[in-house]
Amino acid sequence: MAELIKTDQLTKRFGNIAAVNGISLSVKKGEVLGFLGPNGAGKSTTMKIITGFLEPDSGSVVINGTPMAQQPIKAKQQIGYLPEGAPAYGDMTAEAFLRFIAQIRGFAGREQDYQVHQAADKTGLNSVLQQSIETLSKGYKRRVGLAQAILHDPDILILDEPTDGLDPNQKHQVRTLIEEMAAAKAIIVSTHILEEVEAVCTRAVVIDKGRIVADGTAEDLMRRMPYHNAVALRVNDDAADALKTALQDLGSVARVEEISRINGHVRLRAVPNGQSTIAGDIAALVRDRSIAVDELLVERGKLDEVFREITTSDTVTASETSPGTAGSSGN
Amino acid sequence: MRNVLWQTASAVLQKLAASKVSIIFWREFTAYFNTTLAYVFVAIFVALTSAFAFYLGNFFSRGQADLQVFFQYHPWIYLILVPAVAMRLWAEERKSGTIELLMTLPITPIQAIVGKFLAAWAFLGVALILTFPMWITVNYLGNPDNGVIFASYIGSLLMAGAFLSIGSFISALTKNQVIAFIVSAVICFLFVMSSYPLVLGFFRTWAPGFVVAGIESMSFLEHFQQITQGLITLATLIFYLSVIAFFLFANMLAVEQKKAE
Repeated sequence: MAELIKTDQLTKRFGNIAAVNGISLSVKKGEVLGFLGPNGAGKSTTMKIITGFLEPDSGSVVINGTPMAQQPIKAKQQIGYLPEGAPAYGDMTAEAFLRFIAQIRGFAGREQDYQVHQAADKTGLNSVLQQSIETLSKGYKRRVGLAQAILHDPDILILDEPTDGLDPNQKHQVRTLIEEMAAAKAIIVSTHILEEVEAVCTRAVVIDKGRIVADGTAEDLMRRMPYHNAVALRVNDDAADALKTALQDLGSVARVEEISRINGHVRLRAVPNGQSTIAGDIAALVRDRSIAVDELLVERGKLDEVFREITTSDTVTASETSPGTAGSSGN
Repeated sequence: MRNVLWQTASAVLQKLAASKVSIIFWREFTAYFNTTLAYVFVAIFVALTSAFAFYLGNFFSRGQADLQVFFQYHPWIYLILVPAVAMRLWAEERKSGTIELLMTLPITPIQAIVGKFLAAWAFLGVALILTFPMWITVNYLGNPDNGVIFASYIGSLLMAGAFLSIGSFISALTKNQVIAFIVSAVICFLFVMSSYPLVLGFFRTWAPGFVVAGIESMSFLEHFQQITQGLITLATLIFYLSVIAFFLFANMLAVEQKKAE
């Protein structure tokens, strides 16, 4: 079965707050799904329901054809889970802890040695295996959690902020590890670092107030940006006005904005009509008219801004109803 | 024939060793000895039980070769020390977040609860066994009834288990170990005292007679005193084991209810 994770209309309330409010998802083998959203949006709660830690108030989770509610043990066997904050028994050494997990997962003898060492190799834990976990740095603790999750080579991996608190090198290692495993598994990664979505995720959902408010590839999400594919230029003060009129005359340019005017330099931004790519047109124009442009770059639209735009809406439906954003980002 | 028996026995043992409960048990049990807590606890337990027997119980001047004065203070010592062991059982799992790890592993909640409980109980058993110098002393001084002493050790262990199950249940209700400690100590105290006017007087004023009689029969002290006189009855055995079963069941409900918080 290709569809390894499937949730249907999950809801979970804590008191008066709907932490998860109708989340339906499906993740196939080979997919890495990014969970994006502000703190408290319901990402972790959704993960806790998928991994069987919490029971949903309504809705269902099916793991590789196995319903979590009816056959929790069989479903949990197929999942590797890194909970938020990578909790582990601090008084154990990293190796003892991994061996404990391996035993629970049903590995004994040589098989256990193999699985433990393989997980330690992949996560770069070999040098600290004999240290007790509470003495490890935050980065190593996170890696112990990761090793524990991948130890039994599960078909399904649920990783709650796997790179939180890691330095850039460690982040890179974790991302590489996820990429290596991606082909054979269905993976869900939560993060609020958007570059991570671009780096490892084949698809992303933005979760806000317990709902999925956007679903697509990183590219899809960026296409929602007002300045997607806009071109920014920097020229000398004296050439600015000529360039501005020339740009406005281009058919593919919707409008030209002045971003700033500092120290005799002017920054302009040409916003395209719809989804057209205008960089080529503008480059040709600049060459033909021999305008001295210091700098020319294509703005892809920052995922950060999409994130802010989608999730800081005052009303729940603002992302759909706000005419300004819909007009410039859609179509 | 013997061969077949041996094979079945070893197969059963292997199954048992690989069972989820025993994996949890060994992790927890060895964890006690990874920390100084274990050594401090055992030292204090042995010191207290002996000191009470010698000073409060006048072990020597009684001139009797038995361990009655040694055992008679166990309920009071357990009252403080068992909640101290039990308080971390679930409160710590919840506070550190490891409960999320434990409950998403392919084990049932009851396996986790029983494994952790048995490990703590075995730890108390180790502490109890280390009071053996008392037994040697009394055998050196006279000719005690070792059957009674053995029964008393069993009774003491059962009572510790009952205290522990209460503490484990309370520990699942809170993330705060200090609260877990105080509340379990108070509840254990009520169980110890339930055949005394302090507790019974409260119920006599309004509860029907059979309820009062029921509460009176719940007294840990009464049941324990029977055992220390060398009398392990089926009723007493069932009493302690059902208290343990009841509170472990409540423990399971509490873990299920509270794990999300």
